[in-house]
Amino acid sequence: MSSLVKTFGPFTAVDDLSLTIPQGSFFALLGPSGCGKTTTLRMVAGLEEPTSGTIHIGSSELTGTKPYQRPVNTVFQSYALFPHMTVWDNVAFGLKRRSQANVKKQVDDVLELTELTTLAKRKPAQLSGGQQQRVALARAIVNKPAVLLLDEPLGALDLKLRRQMQMELKRIQTEVGLTFVHVTHDQEEAMTMADTIAVMNAGRIEQMGPPAELYEQPRTTFAANFLGQSNLIRATVKERVGDSVVAALPTGTLRVAVSRVPEGVNEILVGIRPEKIKLHDEPVTAVDGPVGENTITGGRVIDASFIGVSTQYLVKTQWGQEVMVFEQNQGIANLNAVGDLVTMSFSADHAFALDAGQDVSAGIEFDPEAL
Amino acid sequence: MAALAEPVAGRSKGARPSRRGRPSWLPPLFLMIPGAIWLGVFFVVPLVFLVSQSIQSGSVADGYKVTWHFANYTYAFQHFWHQFVRSLVYALLATIFSLLIGYPLAYAIALKAGRFKSILLVIVIAPFFTSFLLRTLAWQTILAGDGLVVRFFRSTHLIAVTNWLHLTNGDQLLSSPLAVVSGLTYNFLPFMVLPLFASLERLDPRLLEASGDLYARPIVAFRHVTLPLSLPGIVAGTLLTFIPAAGDFINAQLLGNTNTTMIGSVINSQFLTVLDYSGAAALSVALMATIVVLVALYVRKAGTEELV
Repeated sequence: MSSLVKTFGPFTAVDDLSLTIPQGSFFALLGPSGCGKTTTLRMVAGLEEPTSGTIHIGSSELTGTKPYQRPVNTVFQSYALFPHMTVWDNVAFGLKRRSQANVKKQVDDVLELTELTTLAKRKPAQLSGGQQQRVALARAIVNKPAVLLLDEPLGALDLKLRRQMQMELKRIQTEVGLTFVHVTHDQEEAMTMADTIAVMNAGRIEQMGPPAELYEQPRTTFAANFLGQSNLIRATVKERVGDSVVAALPTGTLRVAVSRVPEGVNEILVGIRPEKIKLHDEPVTAVDGPVGENTITGGRVIDASFIGVSTQYLVKTQWGQEVMVFEQNQGIANLNAVGDLVTMSFSADHAFALDAGQDVSAGIEFDPEAL
Repeated sequence: MAALAEPVAGRSKGARPSRRGRPSWLPPLFLMIPGAIWLGVFFVVPLVFLVSQSIQSGSVADGYKVTWHFANYTYAFQHFWHQFVRSLVYALLATIFSLLIGYPLAYAIALKAGRFKSILLVIVIAPFFTSFLLRTLAWQTILAGDGLVVRFFRSTHLIAVTNWLHLTNGDQLLSSPLAVVSGLTYNFLPFMVLPLFASLERLDPRLLEASGDLYARPIVAFRHVTLPLSLPGIVAGTLLTFIPAAGDFINAQLLGNTNTTMIGSVINSQFLTVLDYSGAAALSVALMATIVVLVALYVRKAGTEELV
């Protein structure tokens, strides 16, 4: 895809979007609702015409062709199963339209792959949500499309079923080896399944990469906040020592690896994930384990909630910022209580820095479960 | 306050068991009473009279008696089978034309009209604001003499085609089978359009997107998705058109000639002019039975058991 633009009247849904999706990969377009990810998908499917820009699959250009001419199939958010046809006929629909040979065998094989064989004679209305979802998937993959598009296909399922289907989807993708392009607003879903994630915001790609890279080294505040949670602390670059940058906080300094600091910027936001921070009682002793090279002293615990897997703390720094800290439950020998005076420490390798000229809270207010 | 409090207290003690004890089929049955009375008085009773009349013998002057005189039926068929068959053929033609005109119309209103949907629906129903008789009379004017329609048919030599098909005679359109079928089509078109509209409007456009995505060209998607999903509307529309059209006599009387008489006209004149009550009743019962059988076969064939 290159320089793809789609406008609806004065509203630009997709803004100069370019990306290349490697063949055979599981690619996720992640973003809040209204960020243009579904519009992008529909342009690939041919259900929307791009205002400008082009779409290629391999060496052939798709732009301007009709949906039924494209080697692309979609699993729709609403499933859009044909209510008057049985599961078997739904799955056979695409093959029959292209007058393929061996329809019966291909359909039966896919039904087996998706564990629908026993339901083949039912109508969609007689199936549960998860079963309908599998039919929608089977109906698409039976055609062996060059690209399979999934438009929030798990959005209508409850949490437990969704997790189960995520595993299933991943398994099927590995088995059939097709290119999957998955659109979702659920960051956990994207992280679980995708090889590559593109984080989209307001019609643009904020950042693209493997899930771990996106998580460990976000390059925008939106990516940092939308993918998991981040503490972003304002700081000023003071000096470069070796391969790390020393940044001044209102009180004290922090070190960040040079490779993780944007170049030519003085005002930065030092980002640190809550689970990377360790809490130490003040004065710092060996009881709480080794101390990281970055420390922020003089914090006060203002909220502590025991979750089981971890304990989540809210710590107020001397300059009044609230920092989130998740401590793994590795034996609850030394829990902190509200009011404790603590020092936070973390490794310089775990911190990242962003240009401070951005909206600090971008991507924060989106609650994936509420959408 | 006291009046309010008392029933509440009463319900918590005495009223609840009797409330729970009331069978759940009672309220629906109760609600059916007005409809049942209406049907009983205005459908079942006249029907019984009609059937009994059809097997009576006698005359208006001497009075009628039930004599199980089934000869009324053979007599009616021997004399009027032409009109009988003609009625069914005309009704069938009118139904087919209504479907051909009504389906695209309903499709356009349901799926393409956008915000003009309600206005277009009102326009479809608008003819009902004038009487059936007046509308049919208007068609006399439309098809009459040297009108636009007739001139169009003459200049395009369409009239030669319709003459050859025995739908018209000479160079006139009025007083011909064509005029009668046109009138029937026009008058019953809304009965076709409304059920079609209702079923097409429920069609999820995302299903059409899905079929496009699955390599179906628009025409193929129509054949495999739109058409089967609108089948209930087609069945309802064709029934609502065919049944009244088969019994209609106004169109045949106002737009036809003596060779286009439909069974409705015959029954009308047998009852009111010839005063052969038994023969007319026999014809009515026969028409009703024929339609019921045809409809039953049709619905069975169309396979929409949820409709009936």
